[in-house]
Amino acid sequence: MRLTTLTLAMTLAAGTAFANPVVPGDVTYTEYGAVEASLSGAAGDAAEGAKVVSTRSMGNCVACHQVSALDAAFQGNVGPSLDGVGDRWNEAELRGIVADAKMTYEGTMMPSFYKTTGYIRPGDAYTGKAAKGELEPLLSAQQIEDVVAFLMTLKTQ
Amino acid sequence: IAVATGAWADPSENDLVINGDLEITTHAEAPAYIEGLSEIYSGWRFREVDTQATQMDDFDNPAFLAVDAAQEAWDTVDGDAGKSCASCHGDAMESMAGVRATYPKWNADAEEVRTLAMQINACRTDNMEAAEYGYTSNDMTGMEALISVASRGMPVNVAIDGPVQSTWEQGKEMYYTRYGQLELSCANCHEDNYGNYIRADHLSQGQINGFPVYRLKNTKLNQVQDRFKGCIRDTRAETFKPGSPEFVALELYVASRGNGLDVEAPSVRN
Ligand code: HEC
Ligand code: HEC
Ligand code: HEC
Repeated sequence: MRLTTLTLAMTLAAGTAFANPVVPGDVTYTEYGAVEASLSGAAGDAAEGAKVVSTRSMGNCVACHQVSALDAAFQGNVGPSLDGVGDRWNEAELRGIVADAKMTYEGTMMPSFYKTTGYIRPGDAYTGKAAKGELEPLLSAQQIEDVVAFLMTLKTQ
Repeated sequence: IAVATGAWADPSENDLVINGDLEITTHAEAPAYIEGLSEIYSGWRFREVDTQATQMDDFDNPAFLAVDAAQEAWDTVDGDAGKSCASCHGDAMESMAGVRATYPKWNADAEEVRTLAMQINACRTDNMEAAEYGYTSNDMTGMEALISVASRGMPVNVAIDGPVQSTWEQGKEMYYTRYGQLELSCANCHEDNYGNYIRADHLSQGQINGFPVYRLKNTKLNQVQDRFKGCIRDTRAETFKPGSPEFVALELYVASRGNGLDVEAPSVRN
C-alpha cells in the first residue's frame, strides 16, 4: 500500500514540470554539500541541460570547464574537465555542486547558481548598475535539474 | 582539481623590443608585498603573436594616431589663462620622462592621491583655466598616452607607504573582494588563474603598465579605470565610477603590483 502511494506520488511529481520548486533559501545541504531531492520536484532533461552548460547567457559552464561531449567553441580550463564527472559523483552530490559549489568546496571560484543572497554589490545582470529588487538565482530550479541530468550522462566507465 | 587552484602560468617567452631598439622588461620578480605572486608579467606576454607584433613598431601601433593628436593638444593654447601644456612644460618627451612610472602618487599641496588623469585635469583647470577632460574621454587617454611614451622602458615605481598607505590598503582589500552575483575577485582571475583560459580569453595578471591600452576589440585607447569597470561588470556587480575614490585606490594598488615591469604604454591588446 505504502509503496504504491509513494510510486504514484513520484510519477505525479515527474510528470508536472513546475511542481513547487524549492526556493533557494530553503534548500537543504548535507554536511558534504549534497542536495538529496529534486529542486523543481521534477526530473531533469539531459538535452536541455547540455544547452544550459554550453550557452553563454545560461550556465556558461564551458567558460571554466572542458566537456568533450559538447562541441561548444572555446572551452575554458579554470575548473577541472567535466569528462567522467558522472562516475565521480552521484546525483545528489552533483545537484549540490551546481546549486552552490561553495557547500562542497569551501571558497571555490565556481559561482553559486541557486542562491539569491549574501552578495557584495550585486548588479542588474551585466549592466554594471545596481540590482533592482530581489535577485533571481543564476539558474532556475528546473535548469539545475536539467544540468544535473546532463552531468549524470558524462561517464567514461 | 589541481589545475583549478594552481596558477598555471604559460605566458609566452617572447621578448618585447620596440622599434628595434627599445627593450621592455615584461617579466620580473614580484614585489615582496604581493603574497600571491612570485613573478610578474606584462599582459603583452599573454597575447597572440600578431597582436604582440603590432606593439613592436610605433608605425604599426594604432595608438600612435591618438599620441600625435595629443602632441598637437599639448602645443595648443586653451583656456582663459592663455596657456598650453608646452607653455609650462616645454618638450613633453623631456619634461615628462619618468612621470608615468610613479603614478598614482601623493600630491602634497592638494593632500590627495592623484592618478595621472587627475593631475592632467588639475593642470587644465588650475593652471590653464580650461575645461576638464572627461575622465575616460579620448582627449584624456590620448594625453595619458603621450605622457607615457616619455617613460617607456622605465620601470614602474609607485610608492605604497607614507601618506598613500591607507589608500593602498583600501585598494588591496578591493582586489581580494568577491564582487557581484558571480562572486569573483580580481585575484580569482588575475592571481589564481593567469595563464588559464576563461572561455576564449587567455587570462593575464591584469597588470596596468601598458595603460592606456589600444584594444583591437573596440579600436580605441582604453582608460585603465574603464577596464576595471568592465571587469567588475562582468562579475554581475554594480561597478564603481571611473574617477571615484574607490577606483583611485584600486589603481594605486594594481599599479604597485607591477612595480619592476617597464612602462610600455600605449600598448596593444585584443
Ligand atoms: C568561474 C569558473 C566556473 C564556472 C563558471 C563553473 N565552474 Fe564548476 N568548478 C569550477 C572550479 C574552480 C571547480 C573545482 C572546485 C574547486 O576545487 O574549487 C569546479 C568544480 C565543478 C565540478 C566538480 C568536478 C569534479 O571533477 O569533481 C562540477 C561537477 C562542476 N564544477 C560543474 C559546473 C557546472 C555544471 C557549471 C555551470 C552551471 C559550472 N561548473 C560552472 C569553476 C567553475
Ligand atoms: C601654468 C603652468 C602649467 C600649465 C599650463 C600646465 N601645467 Fe602641468 N604642471 C604645472 C606645475 C606647476 C606642476 C607641478 C610641478 C611639480 O612640482 O611637479 C605641473 C605638473 C604636471 C604633471 C605632473 C608631473 C610630475 O612630476 O608629477 C603632469 C603630468 C602635468 N603637469 C601635465 C600637464 C598637461 C598635460 C598640461 C596641459 C593639458 C599641463 N600640465 C599644463 C604647471 C602647468
Ligand atoms: C571573471 C574574470 C575576471 C575578473 C573577476 C577580473 N578580470 Fe580583469 N580581465 C579578465 C579578462 C578575461 C581580461 C582580458 C585578458 C587579460 O588581459 O587577462 C582582463 C583584463 C584585465 C586588464 C587588462 C590587462 C592588459 O594587459 O591589457 C586589467 C588591468 C584587469 N583585467 C584588471 C582587473 C581588476 C583590477 C579586476 C578586479 C576589480 C579584474 N580585472 C577582475 C577577466 C577578469
